[in-house]
Parts: sequence; C-alpha cells; structure tokens
Amino acid sequence: MVKFIKHQVKTFGLLELFKGLALTGKYLFKKKITVRYPEEKTPLSPRFRGHHALRRYENGEERCIACKLCEAVCPANAITIESEERDDGSRRTTQYDIDMFKCIYCGFCEEACPVDAIVETRVFEYEFHERGPHIMTKDKLLAFGDKHEEQIAADRAADAKYR
Amino acid sequence: MVKVEINGQIVEAREGDMLIDVADEAQISIPRFCYHKKLSIAANCRMCLVEVEGAWKPLPACATPVTDGMKVHTKSAKAIAAQKSVMEFLLINHPLDCPICDQGGECELQDVAMDYGDDVSRYTEAKRIVGDRDAGSLIQTDMTRCIHCTRCVRFGQEVAGMMELGATGRSEWMEIGTYIEKSITSEMSGNMIDLCPVGALTSKPFRYSARAWELKSHNGIAPHDSMGSNIIVHSKDDEVKRVVPRENESINEVWLSDRDRFAYEGINSSERLTAPQIKQNGHWITVDWETALQFVVDGLKAKLTNSEKVGVLASPSATLEELHLLQKLARGLGVENIDHRLRQTDFSMDVNGYQTPSLQTSIDAIEKSDSVLLIGSYLRKELPILNHRIRKAALDNAQVHVVNPMSFDFNYKLANEIIADQDNLVSQLAAVAKAAVEITSENEQAWLDDIEVSDVHRQIVQSLKAADKAEIMLGQIAQSHASFARLQKIASVIAQETGATLNILPMAANDLGAHVVNCLPQKGKNVSQMLNDKLSVFINYGIEPEFDCVESQAALNAMKQADFVVNFALFDSASQREYADVLLPIASFAETAGTYVNANGLKQSFKMAVEPKGEAKAGWKVLRVLGNLFDLQGFEQTHSNEVLAEVLDNDQPQIDFNAVQVELDNADESYHMISPYAIDGIVRRSPSLQATPDANAQLTLRG
Repeated sequence: MVKFIKHQVKTFGLLELFKGLALTGKYLFKKKITVRYPEEKTPLSPRFRGHHALRRYENGEERCIACKLCEAVCPANAITIESEERDDGSRRTTQYDIDMFKCIYCGFCEEACPVDAIVETRVFEYEFHERGPHIMTKDKLLAFGDKHEEQIAADRAADAKYR
Repeated sequence: MVKVEINGQIVEAREGDMLIDVADEAQISIPRFCYHKKLSIAANCRMCLVEVEGAWKPLPACATPVTDGMKVHTKSAKAIAAQKSVMEFLLINHPLDCPICDQGGECELQDVAMDYGDDVSRYTEAKRIVGDRDAGSLIQTDMTRCIHCTRCVRFGQEVAGMMELGATGRSEWMEIGTYIEKSITSEMSGNMIDLCPVGALTSKPFRYSARAWELKSHNGIAPHDSMGSNIIVHSKDDEVKRVVPRENESINEVWLSDRDRFAYEGINSSERLTAPQIKQNGHWITVDWETALQFVVDGLKAKLTNSEKVGVLASPSATLEELHLLQKLARGLGVENIDHRLRQTDFSMDVNGYQTPSLQTSIDAIEKSDSVLLIGSYLRKELPILNHRIRKAALDNAQVHVVNPMSFDFNYKLANEIIADQDNLVSQLAAVAKAAVEITSENEQAWLDDIEVSDVHRQIVQSLKAADKAEIMLGQIAQSHASFARLQKIASVIAQETGATLNILPMAANDLGAHVVNCLPQKGKNVSQMLNDKLSVFINYGIEPEFDCVESQAALNAMKQADFVVNFALFDSASQREYADVLLPIASFAETAGTYVNANGLKQSFKMAVEPKGEAKAGWKVLRVLGNLFDLQGFEQTHSNEVLAEVLDNDQPQIDFNAVQVELDNADESYHMISPYAIDGIVRRSPSLQATPDANAQLTLRG
C-alpha cells in the first residue's frame, strides 16, 4: 500500500522531470567546453598528426637522406622515393612523394625517420578538389616545412623527453 | 667419419672438417664475418666463437677442426657472451649510419647486430675515421665502415690473383687499401662487393639508387661470354638495377666477371631504340609495328627474286629461339647467306665442314687439368670464369703454356710462354706441332719439314704428353687470325700427337647455340663474302655491323652500298641511321625469355626479368610475326618454349682434321684483338665498364 502511494506521488509530482531539468539547468550556467569552429580552435597536442612536412637543418640543408625507411614502413604505401648520389657525394632524394589520399596518418613515417626529416604537423585544415594536387611532392613538403618550422621545432622540443 | 654433438644434436662429419662447415650443413647458424667458404681461413673477426666442452676458452668455429666426440654449444651462456662481446668490439669503430649506407638492408653486420648487438652503445669515445680511396669506376669505398675481415684482401690473393688491396698498419690503425692510390683492375673485382660483409666496398654504378628490399629478383644467364654464368637480375619499377651472381658450383661457383656484373647499365642506356623507325624519302619517321613490319615485307619482297643478293648477319649473343627463327625465316625466303661468325676472318676451313666451337671438358673439370696450352688467347679477359678454373689448376701444379702474338699479363705462373711478336704465330705453333711429331714419331708430316724446333717447343709437347688431362685451347685472337684454318689444323696435330683435348673456345654467349640451330651458310656466303660481295639487302640481327664485325670498315661500306638494310637493333645510333632503312627495336637479354647454350653445350633457359624498353618487343615474337606476314609455314608459336622445342640437337658433323691439307708458306699473320669491354652493344654502352683501364685497350689491328 505504502509502495503504491509513493509511486503515485512520484508519477504525479513530476519528480523525475524536475531532476532532469535540474541537470539541464546546471549545464546552462556552467562554463562551455564546445568551441565555435572555425572561429575558435580546439587545443592540439604536440604529437598531433596532420599534414606532412620535410624539415631542414638550420643551415638550410635538407634533412632527408633517402634511407627509404619511411617508404618501407608506410602501411598504406603512400610514400614514393627515388634517390641518387648528389654532386657532393651525399645520399639524397630526387623524388619524395606522399599520396595524401592513401595516407592514413598513422605517424609511422615520422617514427621511422632517423633524422627527423619527415614530420606530421598540427596543420589539418586542407582539402583537395581534384586529383593531382593531392600528391605532395618534395618541393611542396619542404616549402611546407619551411613555413611551419617554428611550430614544428617547438612541438619536437615539447615532446623530446618522452622520445 | 666422426660424430660431433652440436647443441645436443648428433652430427656426422669428416674428420678435419671445420666446425663451422659441419654446423652449416646441419643448419645450425653460427655468426661470422671473415669466414667464406671459397676463401682461406683467417679467423680474425672472432665472431664465430663457440663453446667447446673441455676447452677453457671459446674457440672460433671457422678454424676448429672437428674431432670424434666433440661437444659444442653455440647458444650456451658462455658462447653468447663471447659473441656479444665481439659484436660490441666490432661496433666500437663501425659508424652507426646504416640509413645512408648502401649496404643497409643486406648487411651482414646489421643482421648479426640485430641478434647479438646491444640496443645502446656504451662507447662514447671518438670513433676511428679512415679516408676513402678512389678504387676506380666499379667499386665505391667507405673504408671507415671496414671491420677488417680481410675477405677482399684474400680474394685478391687467392682468386683474382693480384693483390690489389692489402692491410697496412696494425690494430686500431690497420687500414685496408691499395697503398698507392690506383684503381682496382681485376676482371673479377666486382666480387669484392659481394664478399664485403659491410658497406665498405659497394657497387659504384648502383650507388644510392635502390634499397635491397625494393628489388625483385629474376634468375638469368649471363649474356656476355660463353660460360653461361648463372646470375640474378635485380629490378625495380621494371628497370634493371643490378646483376649479381647466382651460385652454381659447376659453372661460376659464386663468382661473376665484371663484364657480366656491370654491363646491365647498357640496357638502361638513353641510346636504346624505343620505337620502330622507317626511312622514307631520306627522312626517318617513327611508326607503329604494323607499318614497320609491312615496310620490311614490301621492301624485301621486291628483292627476294634475287635472293643471292640478300645477306643475314646474326648476333652470336642472341638467344637460341631468336637464332632458330631467324634462320628459319631466312631459309623460308630462300636466303642462304646467313652467318653469325662476325669476328672470324679466315673461313677456308668451311669447305671441310663447320667445326662447332666448344669446351670439350666440363668447366668444373678444367681445374683438374695437368697441362694446358693456350693459343692466341688473353683468356683472363676473354673468359674470366674459365681463366679462374685454369688458375686453380695452375696453383695445383698444372703447367700452363701460351703461344700468343704478344705478351699478356696472366694471373698465374706460365710454364712456357712463346711470344710470336715477329708475326710468326703460325710457324711458332707449327714448331710445337713438329716437336710433337718428332717426339711421338708415329706419323710423318711432310708439311712441317721446314720448321725449326727449339727446346721450348719440346717442353710444351712433353708437358702435354706427360699429363693425364691435357687441354689445348684456341682463343679469340686465334679465331680472328687471318690463318685460323692453319692454326686449327696445327692445333689438331698437337692434340692428336699428345693425346690432349682440342677446344676451340666459343666466345659469345650463344656461339655454340648458333651452330646448333644451323645459323651457318650451308649453301650461301659467309660473313666475309657477304661484306665484300656488294649484296643489295642486309638483315642485321641484334648487331651493329660497324662495331661487331671484325672487318669493320668493310662492314660499314657494305651497309652503305646496300639498297635495303633492316636492322633489328637494341640501340639507336647515328651511323646506323646513315645506312639502314628500317630500325626494329628488340628486347635485351633481361627483357626476353630465351635460352643460351654455354661452352659445354649446356642449354640454360631464362625468363623475362623486366618489360622491354618502350615499344621494343622480344626478338622471337617479331620474327614469328614476320614469318606470318610472309605466309611461311611453321611460325605459329605462342610461347618461347614452343620455339625451343623445335630446336633439335642437330650436331654439325665435325671436321676430320687428318684429311685437311694446309700450306704453311705465306701465312697471313694479321689478327684482331678485341677489348673485353667492346664485345657487344650493351657492354659498349656501360659507362662504368668503359671507364676502366681494360676498356682503353682499343680494338687492336695488326698485320
């Protein structure tokens, strides 16, 4: 009998409705965690794996030595490298292409690289409207690296102690 | 036989065998660097240390003979500790720059370091640096990487026969080098690249162009000499990247001549002909195959009424299938002027038949010879693999005699050397024959009466006669000699009188095959007659007549005066365009399936390794289609195997030299010596080989 009365009160007193509304009300006044993309940006980890770049040393020399480990490790076969001996006798690439349609952004290339040449940057806002430009050539990747070098270097430095 | 226990496994072995061989046979792996089965034991890398019960220190497996009841542990704590320590010592001075090292991915040190090396180096002091030496156009040195296994030094001493690399200094300061900077000139030098367990000696033409794991392997047969060395063609993206030897104990063992190793560069040459070309009104136009072949058919049909004026010159480096279809096509069209003996000038023996050039004794049995007579041959450069076998025999106390028009640098000691530098090769050889007749004194040979015999000649004969296994070999100079027929007859007399085996060494990959398929002028003209008889049509198969024919000026003139010249060519060249009317691009040895018959008559088939360049097609396919266009019977094959099945072992009847009469008076003594790196179009277009000192020995004409 008592059980029956309790149930009636709960049902007709709209108790659960108010409980739910209380939660809604609580969040209505709480600080918001959603961001208004693209006006606002979410914070990114230094380990974020976005658009690729090829880096240079401070003296302007390209880092990549054409060891082809990234090409070998790439699970999507997105990287194509051709190499030859440069005039000064060093081992260099003549072609370094990443097929951005094939790439799955696993970051293995970055991990495999013995000289930190190929990196994945924080940049994720890019798109391709047709085939062709989606092949990132060596020139494009180097230019991209030059443009973002400050951020890339800062990210590597931030993550250095974990590597 | 003794019983040895390795890791608890009982293994039977011959007493005195080295532990490492016994373990290898039982498929128990022991790491090693300095040990190589074809070289002497040095035991200086210490990587193969194993624990032997009863010995208080670990012993090197490569220098420890097995004894009965020996108990060996290769994986015990003591053995592993010893191996790990050695590995750490080796890595002290070895640079850890595998990413830029060309050996990376196929490096023995890298592999063993994965098993026995630590992941972090404890060594923080300065590493040793050794300056690089320029060792010529074939081998790239990176001597800082050297771990002093001395395989290359031992190879030079024991196999190449010239100690070009040596060790100077001791311990930390030991350096491998040429001492005085000079290029490595051995005709087998490329093998040092294979032998080097690290990246100290690598291939210069291949440098930085590909990684071992990217390469596809295709079994092949070496196309630049008649040994039929087994090779592996490595390709990437349908391009031949390098050629390495494939082990075949009965032919090339584990070695390969530089010519066969580095000539692949010619396949990728920018001079390759990539599309059919025809000449119309004096202008060359690129056409499709259908048009080009129809042009050939129309051009030839007009001329076939006078088929005696049509000549077919075939490359002795073409495959058996190609040569068979070529002669079938020619004979189907009623053309009998067909020949492949481009480097021969004296054809007077042809009236007696066609002596098939061949090596009668199997290549591996040559090293058991007791006495060898080389006639007109710089064998070392002509057939390096055969020369290596003779060198082995010479080191085993066989006597090697030479009768040559000039002195050559052989890499073994010659018992007797006759230099016929007064243009008297024929009479010098005849003197040997006369000595043979005198000593055996069974048959009277009146034609030898005028010849003077000296002690050297007698010594040669006595050596040949006393030997159980004696060989007489006629080399390239003899074969291109203007008195080749006389030399053959004289050599046959020596062979007969001394009981030695007479070998006329085939030079090109398929010399013997061309004889098997009857690519010979049975009723027609030979090369020399064709070139000098003003034929109106020439069909050149896989050759550049002006370079491949020994009578090069006559060849060029003959081509220029001809009305219609069809060139089945690998390469485009300005001189060809001057005289040819059609250029048909055909596939190289790596781009077609085919068969080569080696000096012993062994047929070895191989498959296509890479696609032909551009529009080029496998030669046998082009010939087959031409046969169809001419409505000839028997050109319905769809696979190279079907062509091969047609080739019967129709041995040419051999010459009975006893019945041959020769005159010794007024022998023409001119001869031709061909640079080892000028023997075919592919070799001629390999820049690395052309940069070697051997290539600079230009085509020598004398007489």
